[in-house]
Parts: sequence; C-alpha cells; structure tokens
Amino acid sequence: MTSQSRYHSTRFFTPSTWVLLLLLIIGAGAALYRLGAGLGPATNLSDGNPWGLWITFDVLTGVALAAGGFTITCAVYILNWKKYKPITRAATLTAFLGYLLVMIGLFLDIGKPWSFWHAWVFWQPHSVMFEIVVCLTLYFLVLLLEFLPWLLTKFSSLSKLQRILESKAVIFPLVIAGIMLSYGHQSSLGGLFLITPDRLHPLWSTPMLHNLFFLSAICAGLAMVSIETMLSSNAFGKEPESDILEGLGRGTAIALLVYTAARMIDLGVRGNIPYIFEGSGASQLFLFEFGICAVLPMIFLAAKTIRTSLPSLLFFQGLVLIGVVFYRFNVVLSSQQQMGGTYFPSLVEIAVTVGLVAGGVFLYRLAVTYLPIFAPAEHSK
Amino acid sequence: MAKGVLVDITKCIGCRSCQIACKAWHNHEAGYEGLNGTYTMPNQLSADTYTRISFVEGERNNQPTWSFVKNQCLHCQEPACASACPVGALQKTKEGPVIYDQWKCIGCRYCMIACPFHIPKYEWDTLNPWVQKCNFCADRVDAGMEPACIKACPMNVMYFDDYEKVVQEAKNRIANHPGKYINHIYGLNEAGGTSWIYISDRPFQELGFDTQVVKASYPSFTWASLSKIPWKAVGFAAALSAIAVFRNRGSRKEDV
Ligand code: SF4
Ligand code: SF4
Ligand code: SF4
Repeated sequence: MTSQSRYHSTRFFTPSTWVLLLLLIIGAGAALYRLGAGLGPATNLSDGNPWGLWITFDVLTGVALAAGGFTITCAVYILNWKKYKPITRAATLTAFLGYLLVMIGLFLDIGKPWSFWHAWVFWQPHSVMFEIVVCLTLYFLVLLLEFLPWLLTKFSSLSKLQRILESKAVIFPLVIAGIMLSYGHQSSLGGLFLITPDRLHPLWSTPMLHNLFFLSAICAGLAMVSIETMLSSNAFGKEPESDILEGLGRGTAIALLVYTAARMIDLGVRGNIPYIFEGSGASQLFLFEFGICAVLPMIFLAAKTIRTSLPSLLFFQGLVLIGVVFYRFNVVLSSQQQMGGTYFPSLVEIAVTVGLVAGGVFLYRLAVTYLPIFAPAEHSK
Repeated sequence: MAKGVLVDITKCIGCRSCQIACKAWHNHEAGYEGLNGTYTMPNQLSADTYTRISFVEGERNNQPTWSFVKNQCLHCQEPACASACPVGALQKTKEGPVIYDQWKCIGCRYCMIACPFHIPKYEWDTLNPWVQKCNFCADRVDAGMEPACIKACPMNVMYFDDYEKVVQEAKNRIANHPGKYINHIYGLNEAGGTSWIYISDRPFQELGFDTQVVKASYPSFTWASLSKIPWKAVGFAAALSAIAVFRNRGSRKEDV
C-alpha cells in the first residue's frame, strides 16, 4: 500500500466544510456548557421526562445507523460476497465514527460522566444497560482496531503493525467478534424497554422488542451505507458504483421483508392489529413509521427499476432511515408516558446533537481525503 | 427478618406529619410551591421530597369525601430499579429497604424509566447529581427503630413489622370489617409484590394508584432476553466461523 498523503484531489476546505466546522464548534461550546452547568440548566430533562434527545437520537438512533459496519463486514468476510469489498472500508469508517459520536453523546448525557468506567468495575449482569455499555465499548475497540491500519499508512515506520492488523488471522476474529457484539447491544437497546411493558403503547410493546430492534437496525445500516455511497461518490466526483447500490437496495428490501413480517406476525399473534386503525395519534405515528417508512420502501425496493435509478433509490433508502429514527423516538417517548412530563429539547441539546452529526461528517471527509478509504476500490478497477 | 409496612388509607387524616418527619430525618429543605389547584403539597415527589400525602376528593352516598394517600417508594421484593441499574447502585437489602449508593451511580437514569411506580427522582440542578428516593429509613431500621414517617404519625396509619405479619394484618383487617375495605391489597401482587402494601375503602384507581401495573416480577421481563444473549452470541460465533470457513475456502491470502 502506498503512503501517499492525499487520496482525493478535490479541495478539502469548501464552503460546506466551513459550515460543518462552525456547527461543530457551536456543538462543542454547548457540550462545554452542559459539563460546566449541569443537566438541569443545559437540558429540558426533568423527573417527568428523564430521557430526551441525546439518548433517543445520539445514542439509540446513532447505534442503529452505524449498523452498516457489521452488516457489510459480515457480507464481505463471512459470506465472501466480494462485490461489496470496495465499500467495506467506508462502512467500517462510518461505524467507527458513529460509535465515537455515540460514546460522546452518552458521556454528555449521564449525570456523572467521570464515572463512565464504573460499569466495567461493578458488574451487574442483570441490567440491560450494563450489557449495552460493555458491548458498546468492546465493539468500539473492535472498530478502532479495524480502522487503525488505515491510519498507520501515515506512519511508514509502523508498517509492520499495519500488516499484522490487516492479516487474515486478525481480521476474521475481529469481524466475528464485531457481529456478536453488535447483536448483543443492537438488540439490547430495544431490550431496555422490555421493563416498561405497561407503559408502551400496544403497537410498540412486545416481549420481542429486542429482536425487532436488531432487525430494524440491519435495515437502517444498509440504508445508511447506500446513502453514504451515493453522496460520497457525488462529493468526490466518482462514478456511483451502481452494481453495489443495486445489491444494497436488494439487501435492504430483504432485510425490510424480514423485519416487517416479524413485526406483523408479532402484532397479529398478540391481537394488536386493530390498534393500527384506531385513528389515534399513536396509530398515525405507527402508520407513518411502519407503513410509509418500512412497508412502502420494501415494496418499491423489490423492483429493479427503482434500485437502478439513483434518485428513487436515494428517496426510498432515505425513507427507511427516517422510519428507524421514528421507531426509536416512538419507543423512548412512549416509555415515559404517565411520568407527568412534557418535553421538547433545549437549544443546548439541539446544538450538541447537530454538532455531533456535523463533526461526524467533517471527520468522514477528513478521513476519506487523507486515508485510503476508497483507494482499494480504485486499485481494483 | 424482612420488614414491611401496611398503609391503611382509611385511617389517614392528612396532617402531613410524616412528610415533615421525613424531611427532618433526611435534612431536606422545605419547599414552597404556591397554590397549585389542589390541596396536595408538594405536587410531585422530588429529589428532596421522598414522601407526600396526595389529597383525593371523591363522593360516597352523595356526600363528598376525602382520601389521603401516602406516596413513597414501595420497596419492591424484586425491584425493577435495581435490576435496571448497570452498576448495582440500587440494592434490595434482606431487611426490606431498597437502598442507593451514590458513589457507584453513573447517572444513566434507567432506574427512573424502569420503576413501574415512577419513584426515583433526580437532582437535576447539581454538578454531582444523585438519584433520590425513599430509603425506608434503612439506617433507622438497621438500628431497630421504625421509619421516621411512621414514628411521627398520630393516627397509626402505618403498621410496621415483619413482612409476613404485615400481610396477615392486612388480610385480618379486610376480613374483620366487612363492608369497610375493598377486597384488594395493593402491593401484594403488583410488580411481583412490594414491602409496603396498602388497604383502602375506595378502589385504588380512584386514588391515583396505577392498576395497570403487571402482577409479576419486572426484572424477569428483561432477564428473559438478557440471559439468552451469551448463548446466542456463542451460537452466532460458531455458525459464522463455519460459514466463513466454507465460503472462503480456497481463496488466496492476498484477497483479504
Ligand atoms: S417502587 Fe420503584 S424505586 Fe421503589 S423499589 Fe420498586 S422499582 Fe425501585
Ligand atoms: S441513574 Fe444511577 S442508580 Fe439509576 S440506574 Fe443509572 S447508575 Fe443506577
Ligand atoms: S420510610 Fe423514611 S425515607 Fe421513606 S418516606 Fe418514611 S421517613 Fe421518608
């Protein structure tokens, strides 16, 4: 592997990069304010609504969107579908950055950020939260190890370490560990709400919640990887890899089929189908989240003409993402019903969340420009 | 021996001595809320209000009636809050109280989500926030005393004793006063049973009790999924390794 300094000749500092940087700085300022002033002044959280935007979006949704990492490495390394090799690094990079942001979000959200490490010392294996914290940190380590070799290309003296990390003997165990850990925490994020069965609306309350979170995360991960592949080929003036995108679209359709079928069967078995049509706010949210953002894309993505047209692919994959975001919000917010709170995120909460997303895009650009993320694809062409 | 408390709602006169005693014992500031449209004061439990009497108006034989309901942590036999806590900061002691170790707590607030009775509250306005809730005066109980609120009550609303005796007393009172009490001991089965139980002359849902609470141990809901994860993960790993070996057979080293 060459150690050239740049992998893309496009200008790094475009106006949009400056906007990202600005949002990032505002977000960092808001995060400092939260650390200095405490949760009360910085957020709109209260006893009636203890979990807000940060847990719902930065953590729960962030983890789901980063599911592309383990999904693609599974396809490439385990199933040996070589076609997706060119996007493995980008998918892993997204997952790595995604989890970095999730960790920062979680760090800011917990009341005592400095005691983050306690879960590692005071084991409490009966707690879903414990399982999540452990799997999350371990998986972050896995992603770090997968990411490290590309960073090491910058340091020629460490090329030996780089070769070791890229050897089969290291990659395969890492990939398998990554899939196990992902299953563990992706499902457990739904598992958190198994303990509030009486508060969740029947459309969301189910003893299968953890499995549904896992299945929907796979859909979200695939949709995220497709969108990112489309957008970054656009941004870096490459040809969109239509063959890969078509395959990802098919993958999303299949994942959606499994997820929607599982959810319908679950609703049916427990006799909750009538709630879909009761016309309440909850049923409308469900129809949007599930009908428009899961069933609809499933049907359309099953058609090859849709999968081969970039704009419609972008549209339907986008719907899938929105659906998963809504799924997470619906579950978290309804788990806090009857606690007596009203909630809308504060400016600080919004600024931090926007800053985290902007920071993620910024780091992604930085990595793609200076590290060999898309490079292997160009070599193999 | 595990302790328990029977709260006999019919006996309470709403003097709020227990509220004051609890604040005094735990050095909590008195608060001022202003008028809030009810006689319940303060309107919510909070980080420095472990207990309060809620004033519930009602009607009986066309006459207006009042009920006064003491709210505090119910000290579940299998507490959802303790099973939710990632660091074991909340613990059920064998004496009955569910107690909190602020040093272990990381502040994730999952206990607040998990508690079926919405009891744990948070110190939102400090930089080193703790979770706060009634601790059954564990320090007093350990020393052989009764909880501060019970000691202060002039009407003997609360009967504090070994849990089994408390349950028996509740059953006796219902049996010995036909027509007075409704036939429901709140907390006997709710959330798998709680150390504090209630008897009443009015249906519990009228008094602000959540009667949707599932009559089973809450930790079992999450444990059903959690306990299977290690096995599933190991199964996954074995299956994936087998598939990987099969699918990648014969591929050359440099393909990776
Ligand atoms: S009532 Fe709530 S806070 Fe009290 S022990 Fe039960 S679950 Fe925990
Ligand atoms: S907020 Fe503290 S006590 Fe509550 S679950 Fe989290 S770590 Fe445990
Ligand atoms: S038992 Fe103790 S902590 Fe709980 S309400 Fe009574 S006085 Fe307060």
